[in-house]
Amino acid sequence: MAKMSLEDLRKLRGATQSEIKKRETEGKTVQVIVGMGTCGIAAGAKDTLDAFVKELNEKGMGGDVIIRQTGCMGLCQNEPTVEVVMKDMPNIIYGRVDAKVAKQIVEKHIMKKELLNEQILDRPAGDILKK
Amino acid sequence: MHYTLCDMFSDLTQNSVEAGASRVEVRVEESAREISLSIEDDGKGMTPDELKRASDPFYTDGIKHPGRKVGLGIPFLIQTAEMCGGHWNIRSEKGKGTVVTCRFDLTNIDTPPVGDVTGYFRQILTFDGRYEMVIERKTPSFSYTVRRSELLDALGLADQGSFTDAGSLALLGQYLESMEE
Repeated sequence: MAKMSLEDLRKLRGATQSEIKKRETEGKTVQVIVGMGTCGIAAGAKDTLDAFVKELNEKGMGGDVIIRQTGCMGLCQNEPTVEVVMKDMPNIIYGRVDAKVAKQIVEKHIMKKELLNEQILDRPAGDILKK
Repeated sequence: MHYTLCDMFSDLTQNSVEAGASRVEVRVEESAREISLSIEDDGKGMTPDELKRASDPFYTDGIKHPGRKVGLGIPFLIQTAEMCGGHWNIRSEKGKGTVVTCRFDLTNIDTPPVGDVTGYFRQILTFDGRYEMVIERKTPSFSYTVRRSELLDALGLADQGSFTDAGSLALLGQYLESMEE
């Protein structure tokens, strides 16, 4: 692969952009929030984030899902943690999300609206929740 | 401890963004023998006293996570440098900004692996918030400079001011990896 120019980037992006704007205004966007604090990264959160990016793009959903980084949710023993926020589903924090679980989250939670019961954590640690 | 140098670099760079910097300059120079990093920001900076406290692994200002011991990760930098003969330096001026530099000997067996450099760049470019970031990368076989504002513009995200959807993250990753050719 040769070095890409900013113009190459612009062209590759071109077509998907208007679609994304439309979905955002319709409130159809799914949010995947990956814990990228020191604890998350130590547990492999970068690989988790990569897996989400790869899976979503392979399934043609790159424009439908927003991926954000967040800090520690106080659940360091269960890192990498990932919160999924989407319409018609409760906000869920999943723990121990490696690349394999990330794929399952895309296929089950996001695409089929099914929960991955084994991976669910209740909520952030008490002292992390905003008062 | 961080498993790779790039993981530690991510934490150190995040400090600049969290210090309210509007411009962050990151330089990563790497050869077979050595890697050096410099992070320069125009964030809120620290007084000599604050800087001294930030070097203490048991100190926290208690602002980010009240009741928890969370710091800037500077003790990790010091510890890592000390264990493998690396060098580090921090210059900071209250209200002006901070410059963090470090250098590691890649031939020293105790130096952690460098890790994923483009993954590091992608992570620091995609923190929430509006800030300009200029990344300069130099190796004996290639060198390049990227600017956050130009990447946002190319991806049609100049209005939002931050990278959002999975599609833009994939393209950003692809772009950064192509620069390492």
